[in-house]
Formats: sequence, C-alpha cells, structure tokens
Amino acid sequence: MKLVMERRTETPISLMLISPLIAVALTLISAAIMFALLGKDPVAALSTYFLDPLSDSWGLQEVAVKATPLVLIAVGLAVCYRAKVWNIGAEGQFLFGAMAGGYIAIITHGSTQGPWLLPVMLLVGAMAGACFALIPALLRTRFGANEILTSLMLVYVAELLLDYLVRGPWRDPAGFNMPHSVVFEAEATLPLLMAGGRLNIGTPIMIAIVFAFMLLMGRTLKGFEIRLVGEAPRAARFAGFSETRLIITVFMISGALAGLAGVLEAAGTIKQLQPGISPGYGFTAIIVAFLGRLNPIGCLFAGIFIAITFIGGENAQIMLRLPLDATRVLQGLLLFFVLACDSLLLYRFRLLRGAAA
Amino acid sequence: MTLFEAIILTIITASTPLLIAALGELVVERAGVLNLGVEGMMIIGAAAGIAAAITTGSSTLGVLVAVLAGMALSLVFAALVLGLAANQVAAGLALAILGLGLSGVIGAPFVGVQRAGIGKIEIPWLSDIPFLGPLLFRQDPFVYASVALVIGVWWFLTKSRAGLVLRAVGENHAAAHALGYPVRRIRLLAILFGGGCAGLAGAYMSLVYTPFWTSGMTGGRGWIALAIVVFASWLPFRAMVGAYLFGALTILQLHAQSAGVPLPSQFLAALPYLITILVLVLIMRARRGGVAGPASLGVPFVPDR
Amino acid sequence: MQASPPLLAAEGITKRFGALVANNAVDLKVAPGEIHALLGENGAGKSTLVKIIYGLLRPDAGRLVWRGAPVQVESARAARALGIGMVFQHFSLFEALTVAENVALALDGAESLDEIAQRLSETSRAYGLPLDPKREIWRLSVGERQRVEIMRCLMQDPSLLILDEPTSVLTPQEAEGLFATLARLRAEGRSVLYISHKLEEVRRICEAATILRGGQVVAHCDPRAETAAGLARMMMGGDVVPIRHDHIEAQGPVRLAVSALSLPALHTHGIALANINLELRAGEVLGIAGVAGNGQDELFAALSGEELAPHAGAIAMDGVAVGRAGINERRKRGAAFVPEERLGHGAAPAMRLTENALLSGHATNGFLRHGLVDRAKLTDFVGKVVRAFDVRKGPADPEARALSGGNLPSWGVDAGAAATIRQALMDLARAGSAVLVISQDLDELLEISDRLCVMFMGRLSPAMPTAQATRESLGLLMGGAGMAA
Repeated sequence: MKLVMERRTETPISLMLISPLIAVALTLISAAIMFALLGKDPVAALSTYFLDPLSDSWGLQEVAVKATPLVLIAVGLAVCYRAKVWNIGAEGQFLFGAMAGGYIAIITHGSTQGPWLLPVMLLVGAMAGACFALIPALLRTRFGANEILTSLMLVYVAELLLDYLVRGPWRDPAGFNMPHSVVFEAEATLPLLMAGGRLNIGTPIMIAIVFAFMLLMGRTLKGFEIRLVGEAPRAARFAGFSETRLIITVFMISGALAGLAGVLEAAGTIKQLQPGISPGYGFTAIIVAFLGRLNPIGCLFAGIFIAITFIGGENAQIMLRLPLDATRVLQGLLLFFVLACDSLLLYRFRLLRGAAA
Repeated sequence: MTLFEAIILTIITASTPLLIAALGELVVERAGVLNLGVEGMMIIGAAAGIAAAITTGSSTLGVLVAVLAGMALSLVFAALVLGLAANQVAAGLALAILGLGLSGVIGAPFVGVQRAGIGKIEIPWLSDIPFLGPLLFRQDPFVYASVALVIGVWWFLTKSRAGLVLRAVGENHAAAHALGYPVRRIRLLAILFGGGCAGLAGAYMSLVYTPFWTSGMTGGRGWIALAIVVFASWLPFRAMVGAYLFGALTILQLHAQSAGVPLPSQFLAALPYLITILVLVLIMRARRGGVAGPASLGVPFVPDR
Repeated sequence: MQASPPLLAAEGITKRFGALVANNAVDLKVAPGEIHALLGENGAGKSTLVKIIYGLLRPDAGRLVWRGAPVQVESARAARALGIGMVFQHFSLFEALTVAENVALALDGAESLDEIAQRLSETSRAYGLPLDPKREIWRLSVGERQRVEIMRCLMQDPSLLILDEPTSVLTPQEAEGLFATLARLRAEGRSVLYISHKLEEVRRICEAATILRGGQVVAHCDPRAETAAGLARMMMGGDVVPIRHDHIEAQGPVRLAVSALSLPALHTHGIALANINLELRAGEVLGIAGVAGNGQDELFAALSGEELAPHAGAIAMDGVAVGRAGINERRKRGAAFVPEERLGHGAAPAMRLTENALLSGHATNGFLRHGLVDRAKLTDFVGKVVRAFDVRKGPADPEARALSGGNLPSWGVDAGAAATIRQALMDLARAGSAVLVISQDLDELLEISDRLCVMFMGRLSPAMPTAQATRESLGLLMGGAGMAA
C-alpha cells in the first residue's frame, strides 16, 4: 500500500475555508490528549482554555487587547511570506518600535505637549520598526545573507538593547532600581474605548489596517507584484518588477507594522517600557500569519483565536495549575496542523493498494 | 592550571554543543532538507535528558532519552515536509516553537533540581603531557564524541557510497529518484540523524554545561548552529572551525565582562549575535559566484507515481 | 517467429492520470540487436511508456515480457538488473558531482569509486566517447553531458538502451557521432529503443518503428520503407499544412540594432555574452540557432531588459538607445517578449489567467484605474486573447498551470499548435513587424526565418540569408567551427 500525491489543477474554495478549521479541530483533540496526560480533566481544561475567556466583558476585552499586536504583526508577515521573503525577526522590530515610540514619551515626561504627541509616537514607532527591518533586507539584497538568520539574530540584539536602556539611561529614577522606565503621561497613552477594562483605540486602528491591507493585496498592482515574486520570481522580473526593491518593501512593511504594534503595546497596554514587554508576540504572529492563510482577514480571525489561547492559558495556569508552556505547545501543534492541512489544498491524496500499486 | 588553560577549557565546553548540533544539521542540509527547528530539538533534548537522568539516576539513560527525544521531534518534521511536502521554512519554525513549549512542560517538575555533571575521562599517559594533555585528553565524553562525529561525518560524505547517494539526493532529487534511489527514505534518515544530534547537543547543555534545567536554556544556540552550517559551506571540518570560533566569542565576551571592560554587559552579550550576522555577510561576499550549497535545499519533493 | 522471442514485449499497457489516458492498450516489441523507434508528437504517450518500461511508473493494466518471460519492473533498479538502461531527454545528472560519481550512482555493484573511474576511462575511449572521470558535470558541454549519460548506461552492460530525444540537444556533427555509437551497439547485439519526433533521423538509423498518437498505437512499421511525409501523417493523424514560405530580403527600417553588446555571466553556470552585433529590420523574421546553453537565455534577458546592458548604446530600438532601459520602458516602445519557459518565466503557474495578463500588460494596456486593478477590463482582454489564439481552457478563469502548451518558440507544444504559432509569427512580420526567434529547432528556423545566425559560447555569427544556409554550414557554426574569435 502506498500513499500517492497528485497536484490539484484547481483548489476548491470550500477546501480553502475548511482547512484551517480542520487544523483547529485537530489541535483541540491533541490538547485534550495532552491535558489528560498531565492529569487534568480534558473537558474542564478545554473549557477553561477556549470558553472562559469569552464568557465576560473583561475576558473579551483582554482577547481584543492581545489580538491587536498579534494581528498587526501577522498582517505584515503575511505580506513578506507571500513574497517568499522570510522575516522571522518581527519580535525585534516590535521591541524596536516600542523603544523608539517610548523614547518620545520618556523625553516629554513631566511636561504638557498637546494632542500631537500620540500620533508622533505611533509614527516614530512604525518608522523605527521599518528601519530595523531594513537591516536584514539590505543584508539580503546587497550581500545575499540569509534573512532568516540575520533577522532572528537581531531579535536578541533588540532584547539586549531594551534591557540595557531600562536598566541604564531610561531607568525610572523613582523606580527603586527596578528595570523599567517612567510610567507614561496620560497624553502619551492610548485612550480607552470603555471604562472598566484595557480595550483602547489600538484595536480599531488594527482593524482599519487589516482592511487597508486587504485592498492592497487584492486590488493593487503592488499587491499583485508581491504575490507574483513569491509564485514565480523569473516571471516577476519578466513583468518588469525589481526583486531587490520588493524585498526591501515587504521587509519595511512588516517592520513598520511590527513597530506600530510595539508602540501600541507600550503606550496602550503597558504604559511604560520594561524588558518583558512582549510575551513572544513576534514569534506567535508567525503562527497567526499561516493560520490566517497569509490573508489579512484570515489573520484577523487567526489572531483572535490565538489571543484566546493566551488568555485561556493564563486562566488555566491559575485555576488548573497547568504550566504556561502548555499554551506554546498548543500553538506549535496548531502551526503543524495548519501546514499539514495546507498540503490538502495543493495535493490530492490517494491510497494505492496491492502489489502492482 | 593557568587562566589561559582555563579559558581554553571553557571554550571547548561552550563550542561542543554548537558543533554537535551543526554537524547534524549539515547532514540534513546535504540531503536537501532545511530544518530550521534545531533550537526546538535541542531544547527538547535538554529537557528530556535531564528529566530522564534525574528520574532514573543514570546519566547514560539521560543521554539516550535526549537523543531519542530529538529524533522523535524531527520525525514530526519529517512527516510534514516529506510525507505532506509542506513548506520547510514554516515547518521548521513550527518545530522550534513546539520544542520550546514541550520542553517547558517536560522540564517544569525539575526546575532547580541540582545534580552532578558528567565526569571527565582521562586518557592515561596522554593526559599527562604538559599543557596539551589536560586540554585535549582530560575531557568529558561529549567532547571526544564531537570530534569523532566530525571525522565520521566527513568520511561518510566524501568516502562512503551511502554518503555519495545522500549528496546526490540533495543535489538533484528528481534525478536521484529517476535512478531509483528512495529519496524520501534517505531524507528521513538524514532528518532523524539531525534530530539525534540536536538532542545530544541539548543533553550536553543540561547534563554537563549547566548542569540543571532552566526554561529556554539553549538561548538561541540552535539558531547559531544553523548559521555555522552556512559559514562552513556545508563541510564538516569547517563546521568545527566555525563552532569553535563562536564558542570562543561567547567565552571571551564573558571574560571581558568580568575583566571590567568599560562597555555595558548587554553590548558584550549582543556581540556573538552581531558577529554571526557579520560572518554571514562576509561568507556570502567571499563566496560570490562560488558554491552555494546543495541545489535542492529546501525544495519539497513529490515523486510522480 | 518461433526462433527468437523479442527481447522486450509490452502487452496491452494502459496508464491513466486522473481523467487523462496517457497509454491505452499499447503493444510494443523490440527484437534483439534492433534499433526500434518510438515515434509520436508531444503528449502522445511516449514518455509514459518508457517510464513504465524503466520501472518509474506502474501500469494500470497490461504486462511487460522480458526475453519471453513476464516480469514486474518495480523500480529503476530492477530495470537495470534486467539489463535495461535509459538516457533521459532532460539530463538527470548531478551538477556538483564528478563524472565518476555520477556514473557510480547508476551502478549497483560493489566497485570502489577509483575502480569505476578507471573502467570509465577505458570504456569511454573504447566507444569513442572520451571523458575525464574527475571533472564536475557543470564544467561540461551539453554534448559531453550526453556522453556521461550514455556511458552511465553502457557501464551497466545493458541489453536494451532507451534514448529519449537524444539529438534534440546536439549539433548535426555531434549527432553523427551518436549514430556511429548506436551502430556499434547494434553490432554488439544490443537493442536500442529510440524515442524521437525527427523523421529523417528515424528513417536513417531505425529498422522498426512503433507510432503513438493520443496514447494509442496507430502503426507498427519499417521506417526505411516509408516516406517522411507518410510517417508524419501517421504521427499527426492528417496531413500537416505546410507553411506559406516566401523568404524575402527585407528593406524596411532597422527596428532593433545591437552593437558590441557584452555582458558578464548572470550566475555561476551561466554564459557571458561577447561582442554581439545584429540588425533586425521591419518585415523580416531573424532566426537565432544554437545548441541550448550557448548564451540564448542571456541574449533574451539582455534584449528584453531583464538584464541591463553595460551602456545604453549597445541596444537601440527604432534608433533610440535603450540598453539601460527596463523591460517595461521597452514594452512601451512597442516591443513584446515571449520567453522560452512560459510557466515560471512568462507566466506564474498558480495564478489566474487574468492575473497573468496583468503580468506583462500592466505597463502598456491601462489595466489600472485610480491605482486599483480594473478587473472587468482584464477579464475582457483575456477573453479576446483566448479567442484569437484558440487557447484551450476549461473554466472561465482557470489557473495557468491547468492550461496546455502555447509557448514560443514551439518547444513543448504539439505540432498543430506549433504550426499555428509559426504562421502567426510570419504573418506578423509580413504586416511590418520585426520578429526575432531564438530556437534550438533547426527545422523550425529554416522554415520561418528570412535570415539566420548562430550562437556559440556567447558569440553570435553574422546573419546569412536562409536561402543560402545549409544544415551542414549551420551545424558547423553550432559546433563552434568557423566562428570568428
């Protein structure tokens, strides 16, 4: 007996929608098995993980707060991955954006500035993220250095830089020597959308960007160019598109979105700079991008789902004493299943039996 | 023992896990598969290794379990990229994330548990040679194993028929398939070897280097191992040079910190990563127009029926 | 026929790929010491059949009989063990490995690499195909590569050698050398299964032929007893319409002028262009012949603007220097480019036809409205093109990889479609356009070109009128003889 793969000529739309759902279902089954192995009641654990976060306003707000950076970063990464450019250093670009935007808040601390402050912070954060992403892009286009490795190495550099800043020059003088900056002034933080929670205007900004990118990828020549370079690089050159320019563009787009996510997180949720500003958003967003089928709207739904696992994981740690890393396991498994299901889209599988097969 | 000798000894211990993991990945890439999940396989080896060693009380069993854990994780990767022809970059990233998570779950009960590291093996007479003796012949078994592995992998790739077939598969999988070689089976074996090596490197981290379990203890060494493979132009002896270069860098930056170099410690700690980037750039410059790695690297293979 | 059973008999071989029946109850008999031709158009099922014989594919029905006994050929290894060797059309060599290593990979015995290298030197000299075992494949010419492929088979001492379109990559002189080797193999009592669509060649060297059309056997015959036209009729299933043929001396204005164009190699295994000069006038078809890999890709890239020339004056269109202009600027000046490998170069296989039209048309055809892609206009455009060229497609907007054929020059296109395209090219020229065709198919070029030149190792010969060109003179140029240094 032998498993045989045939390339599909056309991919049915229904399959494209169903495949991520199959992946989620398989992940839930694996999660139940893992919980049982860890000696917990699978049903109770699953409901803590996936249902409790959705059961009250506070939980829902937290999901939105967590989903905001994930979706923003993932939308940018999806653009990169569509062009088969592998930026995996979004975590570093996120931190760099937070640092640059946070810097504006820190130097203006203690004085009144006016309504321009917040927009400037967001802009500077996005630009800083783009610039940080420019490094691996240029190293790839100028020297051919592998962008996977360089962008990843820069994550460690950004982490260490943030660590240095909040322990050194940017440390809060009144902070009892703790490694964090001053708490931002009210005008340097994002306005809340409603009282009694942490939901702020970062979330609507994220949703607007998702729709903007849907238009960019689906309806503009640039979006077409990005997809073409990924699909058939020689054809893209034949079409008169420059691969070098494109690599730089997509890296800067994803860097800018990651940087924006960083400054939104710093100014909205945390309201200061500190080393643990990101629980690995930049890496988790890779999963979000693939789960969302590298499509902006898909990323939105995928980001919400992953955000639920974050909140659920924290709940499960407190209530069920499940290790926090269990969440990572689930996210890793989810990416595996998503990739496996993607093969279903490209290939048709058939079992051949018998000796002649 | 002089300070100089001590530094050399610590460099050897810091380089060994890099070398073992890089050699495994080198064989995988020579077979035409890019497995970015070295970090994940390494840390699962570290966690599983120390868990088994503490539970059973046997270091040997710990090492064995670590290797098996690395192989088990690489098998998941193989299923995805060989069985389902999935994107190798994405699958490797998934492996890294999954490995980090799983290691946390496995290692959680063992946080803070101390145990004696694996002892050194002295080679009689040779270890009494002044200076060189203690450096070369009074080492733990992993160090000897890593050197044996370098020679073994070199011999396998350049001298053996199986190595020739493996290189052929990495060079042009369609042609190897046309000649009747089982491309996917050969790649599976290479991936398993890579997983075993990564697991072994992880066991070194948790059983010899530290020796206890902390979450995320491999600290990006798996990624550096990947960079070493590129640095080495896919050649085993150059991988050894690369691993020792990076090992030396890590240790020297630590010594610079304790010697009071007037630079923030974070800057020194960032050096290995910055130098990795620099080396990648220099290597690509030096190799402009030269050999660029196995031709089928990273390309999914789907046999026609 | 009691005396000697056929060496190989395929009986009722059927193979389906999804809805497509690639082989339908195909019968084939190859006698010992016979050079047997397998004739057919592209897509007739030749490749499927030989892959089944060589153990790379399993038939859905039918059986193989080897020396009178039914056999199951489970793998290429099993085929080699029986004594079947195969030389592939698209070389299956390992670029970074040496000749000896490449040969060793095809041998299943326990010889050491040194022994193989030794035996290879001796055998290759004995067959008049000398090879250096220590050289890496990427350093070899196309002809030498084919020698490696053939030697790789001969080292296994096969009784049946399968050759898939072996002369398509050779100069006429190199082909002569191959025919001599084949004659020698026959004299040694070996059989050859010779896959080709070149009729003259088959009539010259084969003593039996099986002709396939649409996956079915249409005839078994002795090609020496048939005319080329007769064979062609069997292959195509009807008379092939000859192309209207009127070579002319074009007097129109110079549309494209290339002067002293040099370009370094694009990549490691590429060819550098050296001092290329040519003039292309309105109303003519200029053909560029040459064995694959002599710089045609590079020339195409330089002409289209995928690669920019070192200085603007090297390439001029309608008298305007465009050497430093990108591909879209050249398109706006009225140039159109059709690359050799359509999928992955001229078109993206996984994208839709409308999107592929956007690919080369975005600069000139005005598909953008307020910066957004105008889908209605695109769909309309594709509809027109499809009707004009009779592109066969299923659903209204399929992905490009589902389409068959349709590229230029007509490599990989079935003969009917190729003829349509050639005619369209000639009509284009007669209507006042200037047409440049780069092809390896000499017959095709002789048919449609008004003037011809030859590429060899990055150099281009002066153009000669097609009427004065002979296969021999062109062949010499293709082999590098008489090319000014």
